Amino acid sequence: MRVAEWARPVPPVRREVLAALPEVDEGRPPVLFVPGFGHGAWVFAEHWLDRAASRGFPAHAVSLRGHGGSGAAPKASLRAYTHDVVQVAASLPRRAVLVGHGVGALVVTHALARYPAHAGVLVAPVLGGWGTAGTALRRNPVGTLPAAFGGRLRLSRRQLFSRRLPDAAARAYAGRLGRAAARAQWQVLLGRPAEPAVGDPPVLVLGSPDDRVVPLPALNRAAAGYNAAPLLFPGMGHDLMLDAGWPEPIDAILDWLEKDTRA
Amino acid sequence: MRQPEPADPPTAPAQDGSAPAAERPIYDRGDTVCVVGAGASGLAAVKNLREHGFDVDCYERETGIGGAWNWRHDRSPVYASTHLISSRPLTQYPDFPMPDSWPDYPHHSQLLSYLERYADHFGLRQHIWFGTEVVRAVPVDGGRWDVTTRSTGGHGAERTQRYAAVVVANGHNWAPKLPTYEGLDDFRGTVIHASAYKDAAQLRGKRVLVVGAGNTGCDLAVEAAQSATTCWHSTRRGYWYAPKYVFGRPADQVNDAVLALRLPLRARQWLFHRTLRLTVGDLTRFGLPAPDHRVYETHPIANSQLVYHVGHGRITPVGDVVRFHRDSVELNGGVEIEPDLVVFATGYLPRFEFLSPEVLELDAAGRPSLYLNAFPRHHPTLAVAGLLQPDSGLFTLVHWQTVAIARVLRLRETAPQRAAAFRTRVVAGADQRWNRARLKESTRHWFEVSHTDYLRAVQRTLDELEPSAR
Ligand SMILES: Cc1cc2nc3c(=O)[nH]c(=O)nc-3n(C[C@H](O)[C@H](O)[C@H](O)COP(=O)(O)OP(=O)(O)OC[C@H]3O[C@@H](n4cnc5c(N)ncnc54)[C@H](O)[C@@H]3O)c2cc1C
Repeated sequence: MRVAEWARPVPPVRREVLAALPEVDEGRPPVLFVPGFGHGAWVFAEHWLDRAASRGFPAHAVSLRGHGGSGAAPKASLRAYTHDVVQVAASLPRRAVLVGHGVGALVVTHALARYPAHAGVLVAPVLGGWGTAGTALRRNPVGTLPAAFGGRLRLSRRQLFSRRLPDAAARAYAGRLGRAAARAQWQVLLGRPAEPAVGDPPVLVLGSPDDRVVPLPALNRAAAGYNAAPLLFPGMGHDLMLDAGWPEPIDAILDWLEKDTRA
Repeated sequence: MRQPEPADPPTAPAQDGSAPAAERPIYDRGDTVCVVGAGASGLAAVKNLREHGFDVDCYERETGIGGAWNWRHDRSPVYASTHLISSRPLTQYPDFPMPDSWPDYPHHSQLLSYLERYADHFGLRQHIWFGTEVVRAVPVDGGRWDVTTRSTGGHGAERTQRYAAVVVANGHNWAPKLPTYEGLDDFRGTVIHASAYKDAAQLRGKRVLVVGAGNTGCDLAVEAAQSATTCWHSTRRGYWYAPKYVFGRPADQVNDAVLALRLPLRARQWLFHRTLRLTVGDLTRFGLPAPDHRVYETHPIANSQLVYHVGHGRITPVGDVVRFHRDSVELNGGVEIEPDLVVFATGYLPRFEFLSPEVLELDAAGRPSLYLNAFPRHHPTLAVAGLLQPDSGLFTLVHWQTVAIARVLRLRETAPQRAAAFRTRVVAGADQRWNRARLKESTRHWFEVSHTDYLRAVQRTLDELEPSAR
């Protein structure tokens, strides 16, 4: 029973979707990238979209409402973010693969409960709960504390990127980050975990043991939820799609899609 | 498309002597499930069966998908100006939302494009055999079914294939239910059923009598108010006309917000009556009969324009038709009117020509006996999808219904004892109504369900059939 969905549908909003399409359509499933809080679709447009397209996967990235080039939504909830992902997924010509990064991975787990995706990929997933907050507070109290009071969550560039990424680039990327709605931030801490995925899609979890936002035990736990171990990329920061060494994780995702889902 | 293997075929039992059945081979399709019809219900069935790992052959007599919503189909009941009666969120498939940029009440052409995108998105077309009609489905040993098909229009040879199960999704809004009246045959005006109404040109310059106060009857009266010279609207009793918008929101969404409060039926009825009083007002002032029942006891009518046109004198509400004369129609109370065109918006009846009546235990009037409007008592490998008349859109309900059908069929293989326990419930619970209100007895309400009551019941069934549950 989803009375809330019927009685109070999520209001529409302009959604930014960036895409890179392969030259010839080989019938591969489209891949939809979902950025985490503060990030917009641009984080995938830097490298990953083209990489996926060059390997034959139609690649799309959506900016959640209030992020990137999408319409403003200061009161957005996790439900609204999930709605954005499912709307874009359903607009694609074929069953999509949903790839979520950071809190985007949490949004993807909720979307998987609503939409029978071809597959799901959780990259450095922040799946919520108080553990998340604890880690964030320990590692970056100044950036995190305001968020606990509805303020902006500031992740430092040292949390997001490894030292291999030139400083100028790291600074530029960090400067482009925005913020999520306060309500949604709260829901990450307090919200219920997602219902089980519909249609039993295969799910891959990957991340870095040196991620300073998502610690290794959290990665292991997330992967264990899908009866698997995470794929690890040592030496990388939280933002695997922007950090130096970005080709490795995306190639691993695409390899997995080709092999394990017969894409 | 895959071609069946004619390996060492048995032969079809003679059915009706019309075809040389005895010599015809039966192709065994193994564990494949047969779905009849590729309308909204058939498509959901194909998708959810595929999602549960079944091979599926779907037969569709038309050359395209969409059923009722494909108005090129000769049996489609939609007309040029048909819009949804239920609003978007209450209509869509729960796992494939309509674009949120669409209007609250999309046009029928949008519905068709939605169904086409659904079929493409989930790769359903490759499982559908178009232009192929199911002419017979006969149960054989081991719960299997011999399904005989031929190309639409009766061309070409018949062909029989054996399936593990059959899901019937043939729709119930295409066989017109026509009333009989004394003198009707001699009436010189034109008489059509609503299913033959396609666009307003048919009404232009005519004096029109619309019979029936269902959603279609009301829509057609509104059409006639705008195009015809005169419009009489004949209704047997008074109805509750809910506007499509209340408080600036789609009325069904507001209603569901109230439902979420889980108030008792009586309280909801009281609230609904109050709201209608405040928004629509007293309809008897316009000459409309007062309702003789409480809301929720008949299929709800959502129409904002009917009252408006009655108020402008463009629609004249009249009573029941008594008999027809050569040039006129006699109404209750001796009134006579002289319409050029009579439109019977008197509904549809379900038809299952390819099944023998005892399979679905049809009663004398043609009403089947089913659990959850889907599961027959004596055939565990047969199910009917979409035989519902909800107070909301159909697609949500038919989605969960077909998930339940797929789970039941799976469970027969993976946990036969649990499947058997479900059978007990089917036998005991057939004919149960999924509606708390006492419905007016009429064929129109045979399949009437309250979407919340029905979905709760399906939810219980789904939990019970959960693959991992014990
Ligand atoms: C005027 C009107 C307005 C409506 N408005 C709404 C609304 O607002 N919201 C809503 O949810 N519903 C509405 N409906 C109900 C509508 O019928 C359903 O939405 C939906 O189309 C039913 O789908 P179905 O697949 O069950 O049946 P259908 O759409 O009728 O599809 C059945 C399919 O089976 C095929 N078929 C039948 N017999 C055979 C056979 N023997 N062999 C092979 N193929 C066969 C047919 O060709 C057809 O394609 C409305 C109906 C009408 C008449």
